[in-house]
Amino acid sequence: MEVEAHLAEGKPALTIVGLADRACQEAKERVRSGIVSAELKWPVARVVVNLAPAGLRKEGSAFDLSIALAILAASGQVDPASLRGHAVVGELALDGRLRPVGGVLAVAEGAKRIGLERILCPAESSPEAALAGVEPIPVRHLSEAVSYLSGGSRPPPYVPPNGLRPRARAPDLADVRGQERATRAVELAAAGRHNLLLLGPPGTGKTMVARRLPGILPPLGRSQALEVTRIHSVAGVLGPTGSLIELPPFRAPHHSASMAAIVGGGLGPRPGEASLAHNGVLLLDEFPEFQRPVLEALRQPLEDGAISIARASGQAVFPARFQLVATMNLCPCGGRADPAAECSCSAQQLARFRAKLSHALLDRFDLVVTMPRSRARELAGAPGEASTAVRERVVAARARLDADIPARDAEASALLDRAVDRLPLSGRGRARVGRVAATIAALAGADCVAAEHVAEALSYRSPKELAS
Amino acid sequence: MDEPRSRRYERFRRAFDAAAYGGSLAQRGLRFIGRSQSEFPPLLRAIHDPPPGLFLRGTAGADVLLWDAVAIVGARSCSSYGAQVARSLGRELAAAGLLVVSGMARGIDGEAHRGALEAGGITVAVLGCGIDRDYPASHATLAGEIVRGGLIVSEYPPGVEPAPWRFPARNRIIAGLARAVVVVEARERSGALITADLALEEGREVFAVPGEITSSLSAGSNGLLRLGAHVVTAAQDVMDALGVGPPTAPSEPELDSRTRRVLDVLADAPATADELVGALGLPAADVAPALTTLELAGLIMEAEGLYRAVMPAG
Repeated sequence: MEVEAHLAEGKPALTIVGLADRACQEAKERVRSGIVSAELKWPVARVVVNLAPAGLRKEGSAFDLSIALAILAASGQVDPASLRGHAVVGELALDGRLRPVGGVLAVAEGAKRIGLERILCPAESSPEAALAGVEPIPVRHLSEAVSYLSGGSRPPPYVPPNGLRPRARAPDLADVRGQERATRAVELAAAGRHNLLLLGPPGTGKTMVARRLPGILPPLGRSQALEVTRIHSVAGVLGPTGSLIELPPFRAPHHSASMAAIVGGGLGPRPGEASLAHNGVLLLDEFPEFQRPVLEALRQPLEDGAISIARASGQAVFPARFQLVATMNLCPCGGRADPAAECSCSAQQLARFRAKLSHALLDRFDLVVTMPRSRARELAGAPGEASTAVRERVVAARARLDADIPARDAEASALLDRAVDRLPLSGRGRARVGRVAATIAALAGADCVAAEHVAEALSYRSPKELAS
Repeated sequence: MDEPRSRRYERFRRAFDAAAYGGSLAQRGLRFIGRSQSEFPPLLRAIHDPPPGLFLRGTAGADVLLWDAVAIVGARSCSSYGAQVARSLGRELAAAGLLVVSGMARGIDGEAHRGALEAGGITVAVLGCGIDRDYPASHATLAGEIVRGGLIVSEYPPGVEPAPWRFPARNRIIAGLARAVVVVEARERSGALITADLALEEGREVFAVPGEITSSLSAGSNGLLRLGAHVVTAAQDVMDALGVGPPTAPSEPELDSRTRRVLDVLADAPATADELVGALGLPAADVAPALTTLELAGLIMEAEGLYRAVMPAG
């Protein structure tokens, strides 16, 4: 993206061309005030600013600083040569200060690609820009940028203010008492990156268990972390420090979320929750309460690990390789399978409730666990295993799975064949059981998948109650 | 209008071509047996208002209606316990060579049919609408399986819509075909109780499966027990009353000690996987394979997270 400015004879005015949207057009007023506030001269001329390539739609306030510097260079207040090798990004305040904008990481990576070495960016965004391997020039005020470009000293590096909130600690598995089967399933999900569906009456700890999955996931690798940080930066949800996201993201949108909120969209288009959960966990609490089109739209990313959004204004592909965790009741009133309550749902209500989830969607869950109500005995029981201990096993199992997926021995294959005969198990279901069995074997440190592992994997298949 | 009924009937009889009507039924895979025909089941003819005839759909001959039949009926919105009991009763009674009759409704009825089909047995569904309809529509697949080996019957000709008052009328046929009626789960005012009442009036055996006394789903069936219905604790109870011997029991598969321990706990009372973990002191990863082994061997059933030992056949 290049920003050009031209001063011509004529009535003093400022025109921005190059398909700039409203926020971009408003840059006129911000840039004029910013330049005047920085005690620089606003040129008395007809100023034309061109955002090239002119055919591409531009939006947002990230061009403010580049427009201001282009005008200053055109009017001779900044040496145009000094700008060489610099990328520029940032929003101007009316008093000339710089405000951080979203997507600085993506801009910095773009700058790196075309061979620019430095980037002038808002001070707060400089750690984010540094991730791309470009040298950030932290700028707090327009006058600071001008003095730097005029050969003055480099602005001091950005020091984050004190009192930053500590990194949010994921809740610990040790808090879960009883529910051994569900915690086992969460461990399997973490080790094998399986999608997990938790069923049961309200108050049995489905959400509690699901929220503990991120805490036992291994930290992200460097390239994964960069991917995640880039998406969060573009969506403008990167934290105030703008540093690298090293832990798998965890997103839990409310069930009233719209299609655009989940898969992405809007004029941008901007990434949705599914993309923000890339390389992490997407938790959909009260799964059947989501709009059905939203749920069905998740099938593409579950298959391809990416979402392509086509809009009149253009097409975008966002990565979305997330692990899906969903929770749901067994019936609309929630009383089913709960000895303390009675289900008052009619057969028709129940059928409608189940029809909301297509077989194609249910087929995407490798692990399905029904969590019945925990009895008082278990609540008084000992705390579960700590997340750190579980995470060590998960990391070891992942290393084993990444090296080589264990093969099934003859007995295991025979059991799987028998199960396909005996149970309603589709071709996809068979493959799913095979994958889960491999994860179980890897967690156990076994060399090959034994009948024992297949038998356990079979116990997590989706129940016939949902097969309506 | 003022024409007497007898005259109207005479006129209809002259115009009606029975052979042509039979042909048009046959084209649609349907048959009709009149009350006076010899194939008409005598048990059904003996009730106080037998239907004028039965329309039949399915591959089985009308003679299956002469077999010893047991009706299994109950609530549409049943509990998972009721569904499991209905299914295993259907399976074991069919395996013992009995004809399982029910109404193809959701819940208990459907499970009873499915159980009979699992055992490779023959089952008969009695409809409360025209013979050509699969009602409820969600049971169209089940209907297809029933007619593959058994029969769907109705007193209503093709095209008759289901109506609320037709279902109690249908229940008298269910009761009429069967030597015994088993009520699995019924609320206080359930259609299944109508079937039981009709069966009592005709002098057939009435059985009820005991349910939890705190559950309104079992209020009707427990009420029957209070009034003196037979108690069902195993399929054998029904077979004994009808003088049918047990089927040859399949030999129990060999189980390792861990699986055996899981089965022993479940034989006492149904339990969740977590309760088994607590009771046996085994990790969840060891309990899960045992549960799958038992389920594949047909010794336990799972519904809504609760594992239950299958009723002993004896």
